[in-house]
Order: sequence, then C-alpha cells, then structure tokens
Amino acid sequence: MSGLKIILLAKQVPDTRNVGKDAMKADGTVNRAALPAIFNPEDLNALEQALRIKDQVPGSTVTVLTMGPGRAAEVIREGLYRGADDGILLTDRAFAGSDTLATSYAISKAIEKIGSVDVIIAGRQAIDGDTAQVGPQVAEKLHLPQITYTEEILEVTKTKLKIRRRLERGIEIVEGKIPCVITVNASAPECRPRHAKQTMKFKHAKTITELQSANEDYLTLFENKPYLKIQELSVKDVEADVQWLGLSGSPTKVKSIENVILEAKDARQVENTNNGIEEMIKELMENHTIG
Amino acid sequence: MSNFYSDNKDLNFHLTHPLMKKIVDLKEHNYADADQYDYAPKDFEDTLDSYNKVLEIVGDICGNIIDPNAESVDQEGPEVIDGHVKYARGTAENHEALTKAGLVGMSLPRKYGGLNFSMVPYVMAAELVSRADAGFANIWGLQDCAETIHEFASDEIKDEFLPRFNKGATAAMDLTEPDAGSDLQAVQLKATYNEKEDLWYLNGVKRFITNGDADVSLVLARSESGTVDGRGLSLFVYDKADNALSVRRIENKLGIKGSPTCELVFTNAPAKLVGNRKMGLIKYVMSLMNGARLGVGAQSVGIAEAAYREAVEYAAERAQFGKTIDRFPAIYEMLTNMDAKVKAVRSLLYETTRFVDIYKSYGFVSEQRKLDKDERQEMKHYTKLADAFTPLLKLISSEYSNSIAYDSLQIHGGSGFMKDYPIERIYRDARITTIYEGTSQLQVVAAIRGVTTNSFLKQIREYEKVKIDPEYEFLKRKLAEMTAEYENCFNIVDEINDKADDNDYLDIHARRLVEMAGNIIMGWLLLIDTMRDKNYAKNTKVFMKMAYAENAEKSAYIKNFELDEIGMFKIHA
Repeated sequence: MSGLKIILLAKQVPDTRNVGKDAMKADGTVNRAALPAIFNPEDLNALEQALRIKDQVPGSTVTVLTMGPGRAAEVIREGLYRGADDGILLTDRAFAGSDTLATSYAISKAIEKIGSVDVIIAGRQAIDGDTAQVGPQVAEKLHLPQITYTEEILEVTKTKLKIRRRLERGIEIVEGKIPCVITVNASAPECRPRHAKQTMKFKHAKTITELQSANEDYLTLFENKPYLKIQELSVKDVEADVQWLGLSGSPTKVKSIENVILEAKDARQVENTNNGIEEMIKELMENHTIG
Repeated sequence: MSNFYSDNKDLNFHLTHPLMKKIVDLKEHNYADADQYDYAPKDFEDTLDSYNKVLEIVGDICGNIIDPNAESVDQEGPEVIDGHVKYARGTAENHEALTKAGLVGMSLPRKYGGLNFSMVPYVMAAELVSRADAGFANIWGLQDCAETIHEFASDEIKDEFLPRFNKGATAAMDLTEPDAGSDLQAVQLKATYNEKEDLWYLNGVKRFITNGDADVSLVLARSESGTVDGRGLSLFVYDKADNALSVRRIENKLGIKGSPTCELVFTNAPAKLVGNRKMGLIKYVMSLMNGARLGVGAQSVGIAEAAYREAVEYAAERAQFGKTIDRFPAIYEMLTNMDAKVKAVRSLLYETTRFVDIYKSYGFVSEQRKLDKDERQEMKHYTKLADAFTPLLKLISSEYSNSIAYDSLQIHGGSGFMKDYPIERIYRDARITTIYEGTSQLQVVAAIRGVTTNSFLKQIREYEKVKIDPEYEFLKRKLAEMTAEYENCFNIVDEINDKADDNDYLDIHARRLVEMAGNIIMGWLLLIDTMRDKNYAKNTKVFMKMAYAENAEKSAYIKNFELDEIGMFKIHA
C-alpha cells in the first residue's frame, strides 16, 4: 500500500531574532554573512505536520525541498534528523537574487519535475522576508487548491484533509482534496526533536558538491548507501526558463531601507481600581489599541 | 532554546577522555555492525561524533521539555486510578519525547533496537535528565533493567522483552518489601512453579517500588520454599499486560514527587525466571544494584549541577547593600567551592563509569569468544576497580548533591525557602540520594573494602605515574603528603582494631578513611584533568584546599580516639 508523497518546502534563513547593527547591507538586502543560518521556524512547524501525516498514513514519505546555496543542505539534514525521508537542494547561480515570484516559479518547476506529489506543505512565511507569498504562489502556478494559516491537520486520508486554520478573528475548520498546498502557522505544535537513529544515519548525508569539495569518493558511497545522497537540481534539471529567474525574473525592487527605532514613551501608572482600569480600557479603545 | 549538553563543556571534556578509544573499540567490536545497521558507526571518530550528536538531542529535550515541565510535575505528581499509576501530565510528555527521539534502551545492542552506546554517554544522558528533573530521571533511568535482562536472561526472554524498550516500554525493579529494606535477604514474596505451564506465579506485597506499575518489572521473589536467606531468592520478569499486579497506594514523599513510589500487590502474577534459580539476590540483584548506584551517582551530579547553576544565577541578580551578592566574600567563596566540588565529583563519576564500561564490555566479548590471558586479567582489574569505586562514588556524589543544594538554597536566602524558585524543589529532590539504592552508611560498608584491600591505594599509585607539569608539582606534593597521612591513619586504625574482639573500631572510622581516600582520588583526577585542559587548574587548586583541610581534620579525629572511647558512643552496653 503506497502512502502520500509529501514535499516540505523549507528555507534556510538568517536568524533575525538576534539582529545586530550590520544585519542589513547598504543596498537594502539582508547581510546573510552577519547572521547565523537557521531552519525557518514556521517551516519546522510545517515539518511536524508533514511527519504527522506520515505517522497516520502508512507508506507516506516526506521530502525536504529547499532552494539556496550549497550550505542550505544543512536544512535538509536537519529535516532528515527529525524524520524526513530524503531531500532535494534546488541550487544554481541563476537563482540568485530571486524574489518571491521567481522563487515560486523555480520551486513549482522543481515540483513538476519530481512529479505525482500529493501534499506540498510549507511554513506560512520566512523570518527574513515575512512575505507569506511563496506558498500561495506555488499553489497558483501548479493549479492546486491551497489551505493557508494551518494550525493543525485534524484528519487525513489518501484523498482528503481536514484542517484547523488559525485566523485573526478565530478558527476555521475546513476540508480539502488532495493534492493541495498547505501553509502552517507558528501557533501549530512545535516540531519534534531530532531522532537519535535518524541523526546517526543521516549525519553523513551530503550533496555531490559537498563530497567533491571534501575530496570524497561519492560514487562508491552512494552506491553502497543511496540514502546518503542529497539530490541537487539545477535550472537545467527542472527545465526552467532563466528569464523568469534571478534578478530578471524578480519585479520586486527595494526602494530604500530605514532604521526604525522603537522607543517606549514614559510609563504611566494606572490606579488599581475598577475605575482606573475602566478609564484605561476606554482610552485604549479610543486610540484603537484594542477593540 | 537551551541545551543542557552544549551549555556544559565539562561533559564533552569527559566524553573525549583518552580511555574512550579502548572503551569504544571494545563496545563496537571491529565496527562490524556498520554493514548491517544504517546508524552504526564505522570507526572510533564516527562513534564519538554520534555520541556527541545524540547527547545534543538529549540536552535539547532536557532544556526545552523536561526542565520546563519539572515544576508542574512536582506539584501534580502521579495518582492511582483503579490499581494503576497515572503519571503527571509533564511526566507523560517527557517520556513520550524521549521515546520518540529513540532515547530509551540506549545501551542495548542494535539487534534489540538499542543504540549500543557505551556506559559513558549513557551515564551522561542520565546526568542531563537528572539536572532537568531528578524525579523523572528515575523513570527514564530504570531502563537499566533492560541491561540486567540482556546480561542474564535467556535468549527467549531477551527476544520477547528487549525490543520493547526502544519503543518506550518502562521498567521497574521490585526488590524491597515492608520487612526487607536494606536487608534484602528477608524478601518473602512467593514464587511458585507450575510445571504444566512451565510458568512461575508470584504472590505477595512489595513496598517502596519506584515506577511500580511499569510495562516490564524485574521481581525478586522466594522461589525455594522453606528457605529464609538470600540463597532462596530468584529473579523474575513480569509483563504488565498480564494484569495481575495492582498498585495499592503511592507514597507521599518529600522529594522526587513526580516519580511514583508504589506499594504493589501481586495476585497469581505469571512470571518468567531470569537466569538461574537461587541466583536472584546473590548475583543478579547485586549487578542491578551496582548499575543503580552508578545511576544515583549520575543523578546526584545532575542535581548538584542544577543547584550550582541556580545559585550562580541568583547571586548575580540579587543586590544588597548596593551590589550584587556574588561580590561578597562569604558568597563568592561558597560559589567557587561548589563549582570545584561539582567538577571533582563529575570526574569521579566518569572515572567510575569508564571502569564499569570496560569490564562490562569484556563480559559481552567473552560470550562471543574466549578472552586471552591479558584480556582476562584486564577484565578482573577493571571489575575490582568498579567494585571499589561504585560505592565510593555513590557515597560522595549523593552527599555532595545535598551539601551543594543546601548551600545554593542558603545563597537564595529567604527566597530559597519559598516555592518561588526551583532550588526549593532541587533541595527536596537531593535528599533521597543518600538513602536509596543503599544508604551512605551502607556504601561505607562496601567502600571500606577499597581501603582494607588497598584497591584505592593501588589506583592512587597509578595516578602518581602520570606526568605533571612543573607548575603543578606543588599539588602533586600535597597529594603525596595526603596519601602518606591516609596510609598512616589506616595503619593506626588497623592496628588498634586488631587488638579488639570486634570490628567496631574500624567501623566507626570507616567513613573517615573512605572519604580521605575519596578526596585524594578526586584531587588526582582534577590534576590529571588539568594536564589535558588548563581550564581545570582553578577548580583543582580550590578543591585541593578543601580536601587537604578535610583530610587533616579526619586524621586529627582518628589520632585522638582511643579504643575504649567507643564505649561513650554506645547506646546499648
């Protein structure tokens, strides 16, 4: 019995939770060298949902797909340690400088190439760009239905999903047909820790490029242990058109950047009485902080 | 995101001890598993890398799941529902997280689903879990029972029970009874053989059983009717699925409240014999207890680490008289002494673990092939060392965990006495360590043999052969002086004891002699650590100050104690 073929879209991002002065370059792009690279947090929430589908539908597989430079293979290994089955690194110089439109084009071409995918699952947004566009754009390009803001996959069969969505003003429970695209919120359950055996098994998983630069005999290695191969896909491999990629395929232009310094105004003491609290609530409602 | 492994460099330092090469090579015999299991290592470096990566996972789960759950687990505790234990919510969550990460059955061979880890990384994991929640460490640590089944049970029992551990089976060792605590020879729970079914049936009561409602229980029972001593006892394995054991109640304890301490009633409970009849107490329980004592060593060091960290954090934040309290000599001296003691006892913990590791591995190798003469001798050597060091470690580490928790609470002042800070729980949790798996007083009874048979002294002579840099020669001289004084004290006690009709004189000074040896051994271990990494120099010097003064005090006491003065202490003539 074959299960579902699940693709997790993951991104290696600079850790913007501890931003220093040199986090941005003068041209308005992120200075990736100054920040440690991590697994995008909401993509980890998405991985947990993917692994739960795998737990529930026997025979399912989870493939981590990421686009980025060679070192982004780290994200794939992290996914493997936590329970994914294999990984694909979409990497090519021609991808450099891609905005969300070009990125989703590249990813959708890769997914077409992989073929017969049942569920594509991704974090709602990445902490570097915060656009939340790539997941939905991939769905559009592949003409698949999409369920965004997922908090939990409640039920899953081989043809259908039932999902709880966390929206601004409440929750919504929806059903969707497979194949589809799902994006997952940070309010979803945290990703499970690494698995000891998976970690020991996959710690040597590498791309051919990584093995070449370490002067290792990858042919023998991959022949004996095919699971250690992290597949690399180039523009040519996914048959993408370069004009829709990189800077030429990216209509987004950064006009300027600004340093915003959030300053707290003077603290104000509110009297701890019903009256005082009522006054405060009234004021907060008037200036639309709440309500 | 905190990680209890990565934030403590001391652990990786011990993981990379020079003796690890021998330990790992023995454990992985020729790395033959590499062809059969995708997670088996291919050489020594690969193994250490795996240990490191897996301990990072343990550290992650401890820092981000177990530690944050500790407070609610302490408050909720387990409860009994219809004769069965229901864990506190956090306890169940902790167990599930460790199971899902593949961290149960760490030391079992791969063919039983284990990780085939040597003792050192396994004990490290136990230390980490204990730092996060000492009570939960008991539940997780009882996977030791799997080790006992692996060592002594038949292949049939091994095949039936061992693969369940990595899937999350919990375990218990059911030894003590209302009238059989320290004195296990008095165990009465009855085992009756049914020839037709080739099964044993257990009937009776067990008391103070940690995690008593576990999936797999090892039960000490009287299989030979009419006997009254330890030679009539055998060890059995009972499967919870048989539903013939009920939990009468859970004890209401001072500490480790998340760990259910049960009173159990066995009613015609079917069970299988582990190993041979009559060997239950004499051989298997002794081995089980040695493992458990090492486990309490790890637990104690974990508690001490947690207590020390709480003290450092509090003292750095709490300001009085215009400055933080860690700037006052009375406080910073305490903190620095605590740090040195934690480092010293951790060195003793991993030294002991290495001894256990080697002799156990030789034991398993000897099942595959005959050991040669050198190997047999080495196995004997390390068995002896493990036997001497295990009670020494249990004694010192548990006493240290209490004194360090005491000092940490003291540094917290009035706040430490309230339930507002973790130290209040840690202090209560520490208290059991000097009691269970043999009280401190009983550890002395076992460890004094290390004094009388010269095991400790012989090992100290081994340490004396290590090359010490000139700038630390003065510490070596101090240790030599302490060793001479220790020998002197032992000779005095031995000579006087010989003149008496009983052994009371030796017994009364036994703890002093054992602790003198312990101080010298820990001093040496820290000094040798310093030769590998100069960052240990300060801890070594600080520890040596305490150890030197303590030994001098003990020596003065011994020299000022006449044989007939025992009479003053006697309660009964």
